[in-house]
Amino acid sequence: MTYTWDFHSVWQYYDLFLWGLWISVVYTFGSIFFGIVIGLATCAARLSSWKVLNAIARVYQEIFRCTPLLVQLLWFYYAFPLLVGGSIDNRVAALLTLSLYVGAFYAEIFRGGIVSIDRGQHEAASAIGMSPAQSMRRIILPQALKRVLPSFINQSVIQFKNTSLVSVISVADLAYMAAVVNGQTYRPLESYTLMAGLYIAMLLPLTQAADWIERRLRVSD
Amino acid sequence: MNMTTNSNAVAPVIEAIGLQKSYGPLEVLKGLDLSLERGEVVALIGPSGSGKSTFIRCLNMMEIPTGGIIRFRQKRVGDRFRDKGEDIGIGTLRRHVGMVFQHFNLFPHKTVLENVTEGPIVVCKRPKAEARDLAMDLLIQVGLGDKHAAYPAHLSGGQKQRVAIARALAMEPEVLLLDEVTSALDPELVGEVLAVIRGLADKGMTMAIVTHEMAFAADVASRVLFLDQGVIAESGSAEDVILNPQNPRLQGFVARFRG
Repeated sequence: MTYTWDFHSVWQYYDLFLWGLWISVVYTFGSIFFGIVIGLATCAARLSSWKVLNAIARVYQEIFRCTPLLVQLLWFYYAFPLLVGGSIDNRVAALLTLSLYVGAFYAEIFRGGIVSIDRGQHEAASAIGMSPAQSMRRIILPQALKRVLPSFINQSVIQFKNTSLVSVISVADLAYMAAVVNGQTYRPLESYTLMAGLYIAMLLPLTQAADWIERRLRVSD
Repeated sequence: MNMTTNSNAVAPVIEAIGLQKSYGPLEVLKGLDLSLERGEVVALIGPSGSGKSTFIRCLNMMEIPTGGIIRFRQKRVGDRFRDKGEDIGIGTLRRHVGMVFQHFNLFPHKTVLENVTEGPIVVCKRPKAEARDLAMDLLIQVGLGDKHAAYPAHLSGGQKQRVAIARALAMEPEVLLLDEVTSALDPELVGEVLAVIRGLADKGMTMAIVTHEMAFAADVASRVLFLDQGVIAESGSAEDVILNPQNPRLQGFVARFRG
């Protein structure tokens, strides 16, 4: 089979691709930001001795870790508005779902990092008169964050890819735009290959940076 | 004797009264009393599981006793971090009562110097330059002035433990608690740590020392307590307890360590 590649006709829509890419980046960083906030709060709840808080955090985490992101997006966009009455903007639904989804995973990563720090560290901090908050902030967290950085970056890379699912609720991200261009040009091979190339171009530097950071952290230990 | 001598001169710095500690049904400490006077060095010896580490950890509330009380400068220690009413807080207690651990527990993300300045800066709110000078003096005192910029990972066990001692001393504690501080060290590194502790004893530091080094305990301690099954089975001078034991269990214990 001989196929004549024609990226030219697809590239005419470069502004759609770039705009879609920008939207993907915005949803990625937006959901990472809110995800960190949600993740830290959930992590604190999981580590607290207050049982009710603990249980709520656990239920939240399991719901979001044990259902597919696609299902969550559909539920928040189509089902949630019926439950509360009214409607929800598809962009709000997308950001909310992405944030809650990644927050559940971040919480587990943060918690794992904190409990992996030797008890003796907290004891040593306490022994020089530090309060539990001082010990957490100055001794436990810096060590825990360093330890979880590789998993955190890894989860964030996955998050970037996951944003492509928001196209199913018509958020005009990169995947959505690629489909639009395909509809215009009838060039699926070029449209979708270009989309894949753009994802790689965004994520390859990130994964390389993650490897580099991981190597550097190991040296200073 | 000076007529103006106040009662503090003979009053204990830290006391344990009827101290009990249980973990569920397991009674580790069955009502212990101890009173440490200023400048006193008390060694706690006894078989493993006798409760000596738990006891010393109760003295700075690292373990919360299930019965009895701790008094520091004649004031009861409460169960909160901060002072409340007549009771002094756990935080206040720990600010004045230092502890050194078996496994050093240095902060690996901080340099040797930062390990030592952490307490004075963060807890005592002392100016950084002042804390740094104090820390350098202490590091020189424990023989590690040249290691101030190193990270703990690059030190030997003996060096780590000497940094840990400097870190505790930087709080200018009135009492120092040493919990088996040489037990995790290679035999050839034990001496350098013991030398530092002996130097502190000579300078009049009040200390409670949990140790398996019988010769060291006999040498440095003004009083030796033999703990057995959660009670103080024998106490007295080093000659009485270690060199001339009466209690049959103590005789057996000491004989094993003499080798």
